[in-house]
Amino acid sequence: MASTGDLEPTHYPARRAAQVALHYLNTHHGSPFRVFGLQQVHKASAEDVAAGGRKYKLDFSVTDWGSGSAGPALRCSADVLFPRTERHSAPEVQLHCEALHQINSTAQEEDAFYQKYISPDSTVSARDIPDSFGNMSEEMQPFWRLARVAASFIMLRESSENTEFNMAKVASVTQQESSEEQLMLEFVVLLHDFPSQEIVQWKLLASWSPDRGVRVLQTEWQPRCPHATKPPN
Amino acid sequence: MILARKFYSSKMKGLLVLTALFVAVFGKKTFEGDQVLRITAKNEAQIFLLKELSEQEHLGLDFWREPVHESLPVDVYVPFHSLQAVRVFLRYNQIQYNVMIMDVQDLLDDEEREMVKYRTIPRSTDDFVYTAYHDLNSIYSFMDMLVAENSNLVSKIVIGQSYENRPLNVLKFSTGANRPGIWFDTGIHSREWVTQASGIWFAKKIVTDYGRDPVLTDILNNYDIFLEIIANPDGFVYTHSNDRMWRKTRKPNPGSSCVGVDPNRNWEIGFGGPGASSNPCSQTYHGPSVHSEPEVKAIVDFVKSHGKLKAFVSIHSYSQMLLYPYGYTRTSAKDQVELHELARKAVSELQSLHNTAYTYGSVITTIYQADGITVDWTYEQGIKYSYTFELRDTGRYGFLLPADQIIPTAEETWLALMAIMEHTKNNPY
Repeated sequence: MASTGDLEPTHYPARRAAQVALHYLNTHHGSPFRVFGLQQVHKASAEDVAAGGRKYKLDFSVTDWGSGSAGPALRCSADVLFPRTERHSAPEVQLHCEALHQINSTAQEEDAFYQKYISPDSTVSARDIPDSFGNMSEEMQPFWRLARVAASFIMLRESSENTEFNMAKVASVTQQESSEEQLMLEFVVLLHDFPSQEIVQWKLLASWSPDRGVRVLQTEWQPRCPHATKPPN
Repeated sequence: MILARKFYSSKMKGLLVLTALFVAVFGKKTFEGDQVLRITAKNEAQIFLLKELSEQEHLGLDFWREPVHESLPVDVYVPFHSLQAVRVFLRYNQIQYNVMIMDVQDLLDDEEREMVKYRTIPRSTDDFVYTAYHDLNSIYSFMDMLVAENSNLVSKIVIGQSYENRPLNVLKFSTGANRPGIWFDTGIHSREWVTQASGIWFAKKIVTDYGRDPVLTDILNNYDIFLEIIANPDGFVYTHSNDRMWRKTRKPNPGSSCVGVDPNRNWEIGFGGPGASSNPCSQTYHGPSVHSEPEVKAIVDFVKSHGKLKAFVSIHSYSQMLLYPYGYTRTSAKDQVELHELARKAVSELQSLHNTAYTYGSVITTIYQADGITVDWTYEQGIKYSYTFELRDTGRYGFLLPADQIIPTAEETWLALMAIMEHTKNNPY
């Protein structure tokens, strides 16, 4: 039973659509030193569209998790279209955030991080980020953020009106041989879907450099139990 | 001067601790400002001077490594009152040295902190480390200690056994007989670790504040409080031993290789509806029948036999929400207006502490349709103030909330719980 017209901003239909917009924002502007999180939905509405689908109009604020609670909130507006097709297809997002290019530049940290790990001898390999107790070393934080941005590509693609994804943890990160001056990282991530409460495991290969940003080259859903079948979508 | 803590051996460290403990037991001494110096003599003449120094008893020096030969370092413990004199002596004679341990008391303090932190068996609930996540045995020991320390206020009731035969322990805080009651549970979904950790903190908070905080004292003089800190012990053990992300009970499902039932879909209210799954492999599997899980049945039996519970709060994470019935239907609860207003007040209290933003509303509108949930059932049993919390955070760490957020989370949540309890007390029914 979907609602049309104005939506309650604190209720789940608006929030799920806003999270989709966030995933889109992170795929475009996320980095080892920048991941955006939803702060608040201010206004939301939804309507059915002629082609068969539902379009949400959103007005919301986001914060950069990197700068902590002290960071400024960015105001954004987005249109999120969930297509109604027989087989699942990714939502389409149009997004505009004010002052996106005015937020503190992380170019220096990015360059330092890049220089440190692009060397041919670099073979980063780690598991359980964070660990069971929520601990994450300083050194691992940019890798966690990279995983979170790369996972956003998957979360964006897999989202529907009936999902609400977060990244639960990074099961592993393994650096691959650099290619075309890109840091190449293989991640295994656990995603948490709120409505179903399922933990979904994905392996992915991502590249990053300060110039080209994050790109996801391969993704592979992985079963968590030997007998599990692919979840329906 | 090089602060060279890493250069001293663990044997020396042990000796230091032993000395400190010896002295601490036999005399109240502290070691503030005392230092350990490493001296490098460059010739026999300097060695001779150092031997003379060692004979100055009034200085109270303790040579950990005696002056023997110029090729060997000389380590000396210098009490604060002699530091000035020793340094002048060394400088005057151009004897090289550096400071190995800048402040012995600091070192002892750090060690003490480390030891307390990793001491596996706290001696009292004042010793217990609230800023860390604990395992089942530690938490069960905590409960017993709390009861032993506050036996006229707290008792432990075993309301049943889990599937794997672990006791289902409930702490009862009571100052008199035949009182109406208020119930809190944490950890019914085992992976939501900040909830059990907060439950421990709430237990300690209650015993600390009774007799000190007028509002809580008044509440406890009229109501009993029941607190089930680990509502799903089998799942909790499993999150430590096998799978940190385990949510359900650990009861096997006949005919399936998948284990466990979602204890928050197993209640007799809208059971089996679309807001739960009929697939045993699902995280929201409702189970073969209502109250099929012993963890759930135990609470059902307790609530029914008590008969006078007036508030019931089931605590989960994450999402930062305060929710009231219903989850199984869009029909508003009869008391919706009052429940909504109380939620608003409780959230406002919560937010006042650390500015943590919460949303609030009915389960079905705010979070999702969920059938067979705890608070829908308790509400239908006549417990008007039935609420579900979703604690920190909103997805950044999710279930893996860093331990340094346990106390801030517990503190702010407590303010909301106090608001609910106070309202319950002021509005008897």
